[in-house]
Amino acid sequence: MRFIDPHIHMSARTTDDYELMAAAGIVAIIEPAFWLGQPRTHVGTFVDYFSSLVGWERFRASQFGIRHYCTIGLNSKEANNEALAEQVLDVLPLFLGKEGVVAVGEIGYDDQTEAEDKCYRAQLQLAKDLGMLVQVHTPHRDKKRGTSRSMDVAIEMGLVPGSVIIDHNNEETVQEVLDRGFWAAFTLYPETKMGNERMVEIARRYGSHHIFIDSSADWGKSDPLAVPKTARLMLERGIPRPDVEAICYANALAAFGQSGQMMEEHWLTPQPRDERLLYQGNSVLRGQEPRVDELPVIPEREERLVIE
Amino acid sequence: MTPADLLGQWLAGRLPAGAAAWLASGSERLRAGAADRDLYLLTSLVARHVGKEPLALTDAELKAASASRPGWDPRDWTLDQAARIYLLLASTSDGAEMCRRLDRLCSAADIGELVAFYRGLPLYPDQPLYALRAAEGVRSNMRVVFEAVAHRNPYPSEQFGEPAWNQLVLKALFVGSPLDPIVGLDARRNATLARMLCDYAHERWAASRPVNPESWRCVGPFAAGPVLEVVRHLFERGTATEQQAAALALREATDPEAARLLESHPALARNAREGNLNWERLAAARL
Repeated sequence: MRFIDPHIHMSARTTDDYELMAAAGIVAIIEPAFWLGQPRTHVGTFVDYFSSLVGWERFRASQFGIRHYCTIGLNSKEANNEALAEQVLDVLPLFLGKEGVVAVGEIGYDDQTEAEDKCYRAQLQLAKDLGMLVQVHTPHRDKKRGTSRSMDVAIEMGLVPGSVIIDHNNEETVQEVLDRGFWAAFTLYPETKMGNERMVEIARRYGSHHIFIDSSADWGKSDPLAVPKTARLMLERGIPRPDVEAICYANALAAFGQSGQMMEEHWLTPQPRDERLLYQGNSVLRGQEPRVDELPVIPEREERLVIE
Repeated sequence: MTPADLLGQWLAGRLPAGAAAWLASGSERLRAGAADRDLYLLTSLVARHVGKEPLALTDAELKAASASRPGWDPRDWTLDQAARIYLLLASTSDGAEMCRRLDRLCSAADIGELVAFYRGLPLYPDQPLYALRAAEGVRSNMRVVFEAVAHRNPYPSEQFGEPAWNQLVLKALFVGSPLDPIVGLDARRNATLARMLCDYAHERWAASRPVNPESWRCVGPFAAGPVLEVVRHLFERGTATEQQAAALALREATDPEAARLLESHPALARNAREGNLNWERLAAARL
């Protein structure tokens, strides 16, 4: 099977992760702009971070045969430094038009402060003006209300639900998100977000319409193989294969593909120009149609004593 | 015609009407003195408007390119690259201004933009101003970006001092880039580079790693003394390709000992002397 991880912070991950992800069948990833675990204090560090998302990290991914896209935005936590936030909002337009930027994101609420609200609205306006998609981070605390509010404000600002991806859902939020026509993403992240056994039950109950999953793997204890692992668990526990494929690949592509920046041909039949960004000039996939009946293989890290 | 005129003409003949109009109005705004911000937005939106298909220049167009700017070889350029450089050239004809804008653009560029901006180096006003920018491109670990400076680009051979030039050649070997597309490779050979390449080969051999046989292209004229001993090692014990490379290097050496060594293998010596064997072919065979 092929997978897309539509939310993973690769700048915090190692090349071992890239190798395992490629071996597990992950063909494309989206790296949302977020915070770095501690707050930044200068606008220049944001600029360098954004430019690494459209530059170096994309190249790094390509060396492992993985196509890298990103979203650009000011995250909710750092929106609370108002003076800095203003400066960051000013530089966003420099990056939103770059190649492979699939949405404004991840934006939304953390503590649901006024400063966060102001930045969220300003960025929704930017998305609307530029005709871009939005990737919304929903808060950990007061989640249900924060999720509803994120959607209310998006609608109020004139965004179409189908152009907004609501991320980090759980059992309590999913119904409303789907009912209102937004995309519902689930993050398989140990302890703080979803576990994948819970995800199997969500797939059983809600099916696969407008639902997809991601790992949000970052600098915390997290799992860059969360998508293929969950796919395998779903299949083993009787979720129909077409649903699994939709949840782990096709729906993320359908949602973010609306940007015009992310297309299946990028990894299935790369253009000669793009091939130069791929590992050894070749897509790992060309001529290798995955077998329909097989279970995803979850590779393990191979420990070798000898370093060559 | 200036390079900017040529770029405009090539693009106009290749872009669909909508994209051509977008580019024309953008470049007009820049010529009329639009703000920095407009330039940044226009250059980054290029990929969305004009696409990334090859520019695919005809032989006549390539001739016009090198007539307009000696050494300019845009045969591998794509539409987005041509359009980005076209916009940049429209934005100013002042060198210092261009240099400042280029630095800002590069600090917020995606990979495709970086490749375009570095490929455009030979076309910017007041050429010596961009040597540091070009050296920055050579430092990149993104091979496509490195090659935008190093390959089919006359800028480094014209503007780099010897240390930067030597770093470029060594970096090409490090990142696995072929040497043959480096403009001025033969003309800029020097004794220091030959010594560095021999040291590099020793390091690689100590680690049981192969050495790109193209390396010896920059060593030949300096093959005497210890350098000649390295070439001898290659000529006597290397793989078939390495022996060919050693023969080509020995052909260019002036030391009589090198000539004697070359003659010890008459078939290789004949091929090297009569041109059946040459660096271009040797490079092509590796691709």
